[in-house]
Amino acid sequence: MSKGKYKWIGTRPDRPDGADKVTGRARFGADFNMPGQLVGKVLRSPHAHAVIKSIDASAALALPGVKAVVSAVDFPDQPNLIVPTGEMQVNLRDITRNVMAREKALYEGHPVAAVAATTEAVAKAALDLIKVEYEVLPHVIDVADAMKEDAPILHDHLITEGVKPAPTKPSNIAKRIDNLKGDIEAGFKQAEIVVERHYTTQAVHQGYIEPHATLASAAEDGQIQLWSTTQGHFQVRGFCSRLLNIETSQIRVTPTEIGGGFGGKTVVYLEPIAVRLSQKSGKPVKMVMSRDEVFRASGPAPGGTVHVKIGAKRDGTIVAAECTIALQAGAFPGSPVGPACWTSFACYDIPNIKVVGYDVVSNRPKVAAYRAPGAPISAWGVESTVDILAQELRMDPIDLRLKNAAKKGTKTSYGPTFDTIGFVETLEAAKASEHYKSKPRAGMSRGVAAGFWFNVGADSSAAAHVAEDGTVTIISGNPDIGGSRASLALMAAEELGVDYSKVRPVIADTSSIGFNFVTGGSRVTFATGLAVVNSVRDMIRELKVRAAKTWGVDPDGVIWEDGCAKPAGSNVGEFEPLSLAQLAATAGRTGGPINGHAQLNAQGAGPGFGVHIVDLAVDRDTGIVTVDRYTAAQDVGTAIHPSYVEGQLQGGAVQGVGWALNEEYIYGSKGRLDNAGFLDYRMPVASDLPMIETILVEVPNPHHPYGVRGVGEVPIVPPLAAVGNAVARSTGIRLTDLPLSPPRLSAAIDAATPRMAAE
Amino acid sequence: MAKTHVTTTINGEPTEFLCDASQTMLDVLRDQLGLTGSKEGCGSGDCGACSIMLDDRLICSCLMLAVEAEGKKVETIEGMAHGEQLHPLQKKFVEFAALQCGICTPGFLVASKALLAKNPNPTETEVRFWLAGNLCRCTGYDKIVRAVMEVAAEMRETAR
Amino acid sequence: MNDIRYSAPHTIDEAVGALLAAKGTGRILAGGTDLLVQMKAGMALPGAIIDVKNIVEMSAIEDKGGGAFRVGAAVSGARIGEHAALKKAWPGVVEAINLIGSKQIQGRASPGGNLCNASPAADSVPALIAAGAIVAVHGPNGRREVAVEKIQIGPGKTSLQPGEIVVSFSLPARPAGSSDAYLRLIPRTEMDIAVVGCGVSLTMKDGVCTAARVGLGAVAPTVMLVEAAGAALVGSKLDAEALEKAAAACRAVCKPINDKRGTIVYRTKIAGVLLKRVAAIAAERAGGR
Repeated sequence: MSKGKYKWIGTRPDRPDGADKVTGRARFGADFNMPGQLVGKVLRSPHAHAVIKSIDASAALALPGVKAVVSAVDFPDQPNLIVPTGEMQVNLRDITRNVMAREKALYEGHPVAAVAATTEAVAKAALDLIKVEYEVLPHVIDVADAMKEDAPILHDHLITEGVKPAPTKPSNIAKRIDNLKGDIEAGFKQAEIVVERHYTTQAVHQGYIEPHATLASAAEDGQIQLWSTTQGHFQVRGFCSRLLNIETSQIRVTPTEIGGGFGGKTVVYLEPIAVRLSQKSGKPVKMVMSRDEVFRASGPAPGGTVHVKIGAKRDGTIVAAECTIALQAGAFPGSPVGPACWTSFACYDIPNIKVVGYDVVSNRPKVAAYRAPGAPISAWGVESTVDILAQELRMDPIDLRLKNAAKKGTKTSYGPTFDTIGFVETLEAAKASEHYKSKPRAGMSRGVAAGFWFNVGADSSAAAHVAEDGTVTIISGNPDIGGSRASLALMAAEELGVDYSKVRPVIADTSSIGFNFVTGGSRVTFATGLAVVNSVRDMIRELKVRAAKTWGVDPDGVIWEDGCAKPAGSNVGEFEPLSLAQLAATAGRTGGPINGHAQLNAQGAGPGFGVHIVDLAVDRDTGIVTVDRYTAAQDVGTAIHPSYVEGQLQGGAVQGVGWALNEEYIYGSKGRLDNAGFLDYRMPVASDLPMIETILVEVPNPHHPYGVRGVGEVPIVPPLAAVGNAVARSTGIRLTDLPLSPPRLSAAIDAATPRMAAE
Repeated sequence: MAKTHVTTTINGEPTEFLCDASQTMLDVLRDQLGLTGSKEGCGSGDCGACSIMLDDRLICSCLMLAVEAEGKKVETIEGMAHGEQLHPLQKKFVEFAALQCGICTPGFLVASKALLAKNPNPTETEVRFWLAGNLCRCTGYDKIVRAVMEVAAEMRETAR
Repeated sequence: MNDIRYSAPHTIDEAVGALLAAKGTGRILAGGTDLLVQMKAGMALPGAIIDVKNIVEMSAIEDKGGGAFRVGAAVSGARIGEHAALKKAWPGVVEAINLIGSKQIQGRASPGGNLCNASPAADSVPALIAAGAIVAVHGPNGRREVAVEKIQIGPGKTSLQPGEIVVSFSLPARPAGSSDAYLRLIPRTEMDIAVVGCGVSLTMKDGVCTAARVGLGAVAPTVMLVEAAGAALVGSKLDAEALEKAAAACRAVCKPINDKRGTIVYRTKIAGVLLKRVAAIAAERAGGR
């Protein structure tokens, strides 16, 4: 840990919002209300693919208590224009159609209309009275099916990008990506062993426990107030502005406390609808999704196919690697196939790499970011294949990875060359761990896998204010999704040299602080942290000016140390140090309030690497997997608040375990989701798991004053293959299709042991 | 149809409210009584975020009709701290970082308190199975289980 | 949704009257853990809800001696799990009831509700069938007693006549050397609906099984009594051959479906796997192995 080097960084104080969160006082999305508010509800398509021929809302509008109905006609159409959102890109033309279907309903659950009424019961009754005439079209759910020549086409205008010459016919393949490094054919010629496999994964949901919720109030003068549970209230503002043609500054979005997001709350679903309903009704409108709606119409992360081929020398040196990845985008283009491709071989220093990716639309909800979007899927394929290679070469799986590990100076297949990274250190830490050094318990088998994520910087603003008594407020604009208030306050306290308890972090609405990009990409502690540090430095600069004024010396003659202004040397003069409280008390006489500000586009987010070790047992009769022991090691840069860093590793690992074992979107023959609830969408429960041990490997990021690397996303990348590799070593059977659910695993075991199956 | 008048006790306070027969206890707590600490994550009893105590019994308030509160004793997360004093579980959850986003936290605290009232010396396995009805997507449960075990140990120590 | 008439009668006759008066739109509320979910999903739109928890007989556990018990249909799983004598006498029945949902669900869910919801995957029912439980049913024509396996007749369908309410379950006295067990297969360790559920009640004497009943759930439209499986165990020392014969009998009666919870092949196989495991646990508890 970084203790010793720092006073506050690396310590584990209580989070500033702790009491609010354990008493029920904290207000989340659905906890906001306004006098006279209406309840908004969405009418959703029951069909996976259908032309909307007409919508007749007259009967709904005639129902007493119904104050407004909206459908696509209430939203201006948008140009074919791509804008960034979180780690994903969205097309405005598509996003308005995702918020409210226009020509066609493209998935079951696609919004078709919405109502605002005095009560929930009236709103629900009104939905039943809206008559929608559909012409049901053939649908396609599966990626491989959607790529077929004769597949039902979702968008007649969709011509595959990235293919030369450009296709003349529309298809469901929105884009092809190619990454090349070296000479792939020559590389495979050098190989003494080649392993090739085809892998699949199913769509999974982010699974945040808090459903989407918003409260909109549109005033008659055009000003809009909006409360939203979101990872990015500035994005909500931006989307509402674009989609509703409202000037951005007319919209003020206040982020509520957010009950989980994992990438799924970086886009808008309800907010533009609520604003439109509020405009039309003249009343505040509150909208909350049901869990069923969350599953059917928000999120999910894509499923897809990954074809991997790796060639190596007998000594384990990987000489060539190739993979082809096709990911579900959902109903509109924009799967995370890019990151899936770029991360695929990023852990390794391989001279010859070829990666091809396809972004494929089908009749599913539009995918959203989910923790290291795309990376777990390609890692499932690549890390399983690396494990097969280790088995065939009879090498220790960590040694094989060490032999090929990316280091400072390794050029990636997607362009950049790594600066200081900690993959080797992380592998070595995993290898040296008590877990790895001890044998699995009786009946248990062990799997290992690695993972990579870029981490993100981007736009942040922050302000630091000194109060009259010398205590400090730190203002930033990123919803705190997992303890970031604490890490920001720790860095501010460290920088200022004051007690952590004297720093109060506040998350401001869109009108009270400058722009901040989403809470996502593992960027908040890095980028917003940097903005906070810079705002504090700006404030310290001003504090030094005030001390200089007090002493009648030049500001250059003042230093800031241990929370006090001090003379830089004896040549400046003999002065007693001036504390923050003393300077604050005299601020009125030295130039007024003392504040600091910073705004930046953070560059140099340090990439992170993880290595996970899992011991598990497979019940060969039932296919049930029991996880016995789990360790997650990761290069975390500097652990600002180690408890929350550990928490990221633990939570990410468990999401990955769920993805590996049981989570999946299951569709019926009509293209309707069959398991839209927590009962049958099986996320891990407490009794499914052991403790998750963590190893924090601190290789500071040279591009951050405290060495911060993002930590939130890496930990979901390795677990899929770590679990799969352990299952393969336990059963002797290499499963390539996720999830490794009991029926699937049992069938594979029976297929491999015919005598048992015949029993 | 006329609403039903219900007289009950919530967090020790005599409370009256009017409700429809179709309303759940969770709806009344949140929408009528302003007790929004109980959360709705699913509305089907699968996530535990709405956990409350009904006559000393742990239940999901989304699966209870509000009319059933008549003459009963209801306890919610809002009644867990006493004045300025957090319950030991509340303190430990903060100290151990047993929450990230915090949406599931009220439900976990209510359920954990119910566990310790019934079993002051639970094994890790018992804690995990008791809390299996509370979903947390952030923490992987590790720090939650540790916090509950630690509070149990401290409470046993104090009781000696 | 708003026009629901709620009542909480204190006598069974009042409850029957209220149910009849609702003319087919009445629903019995015990724990409500199925009813409220169905109402929320719009699958149930009751005109009347009759809360039966104030009816003493339906909320009581009566120890009749010699291992015989009468358990009120509306008693919560949590209360059943806390009843030491019942748990000692009928560990399989109690563990089956205690597997219905989470601790929160256990605070409310009842065996009567689990039975009358008529899910083929109901956890308590295979164990109650194995136990030979008799159900007391009260209706407009008074009381009748019926074997528990006769209540469910299809998914969501029961043999109850208009106005009839399940009042209690009677568990019979058993000879020394008897016990029971229930196991279900679920993908997770908790919070799932049984993919297969199996209950076995048996009596062991001098290492030989002298009586056995097997209940099997989630592999057909209703939970079934598998008489052939019980017969295969009787007279044996629960050796591998007898267990396999009983397992085969279980597999033979399976008429499952492919769905989000499991496949036909898997469910059929697991029926046999569980039978063997459950019989072993029951025998162990009976002290006969």
